[in-house]
Amino acid sequence: MTPTLQLFLIISAALFGIGLLAALSRRHAIFILIGIELMLAAANLNFVAFWRFGPEPQTPTGVMVAIFSIAIAAAEAAVGLALVIAVYRHYRTTNVDRFNQLKG
Amino acid sequence: MNSAAFVIIAIVTLTGALAAATLPKLIHAALCLVVAFVGLAAFFFLLGAEFVGLVQVFVYIGAVAVLIVFTILLTKRDADKPDKFNWGGVIVAIAVFGGLLWAILHTPSVAITAAQIPPLTIKQIGDVLMTNYVWPLQCVGLLLTAALIGALVLVMEEKQ
Repeated sequence: MTPTLQLFLIISAALFGIGLLAALSRRHAIFILIGIELMLAAANLNFVAFWRFGPEPQTPTGVMVAIFSIAIAAAEAAVGLALVIAVYRHYRTTNVDRFNQLKG
Repeated sequence: MNSAAFVIIAIVTLTGALAAATLPKLIHAALCLVVAFVGLAAFFFLLGAEFVGLVQVFVYIGAVAVLIVFTILLTKRDADKPDKFNWGGVIVAIAVFGGLLWAILHTPSVAITAAQIPPLTIKQIGDVLMTNYVWPLQCVGLLLTAALIGALVLVMEEKQ
């Protein structure tokens, strides 16, 4: 039995769920970024799987979208981690529950 | 496509990702994230997208994971403290995964196997990148420049 598209989609959904778990249940800013990276990676896996199993695997559309998505994820990670450092300088913590200065 | 390889890669990826999401110490989680990214790159190789797998290794493991480790070291005073776990997020994540699983299992058109295709060469990717995708490529270049400048501006020390 060879893997079907269904199995790849299930793996990708599981990765997305794990990323969402990290982003929602952890209070540390870097954990939230790790969760976002995992969710983006799950989306990339979906793009490549749909390209490979789709009706036109000769034109590399899904591969191109995955490459651009990786580039954008890298930019997001760089800016996000710079934000974490900037906020840490100000508050001396990276716990997102403490960033409540604008709370009414 | 080899099913034994699929099972092994799936176990490695999901274990790494779960460890990255749940381990209490941040540095252990960052190293487990590397394992999950290696598994994802192996998935890309399995799917016949070798170039994406290589880019995944270069960008995610070479740059993003190292950047995360650097940030952990720079915010070290806080990174050693154990993190409180919010169980509401677990319920939401399980509900989302359940919804996605239900949708996938109830879609008959995704239960297909892959057709045999000639391997995708780097030359093909380069051709397409320089013809059909040349504007997205320029936009990504602009975006990366803006991100570079933005990250530098954010972390620069303020003058007193």
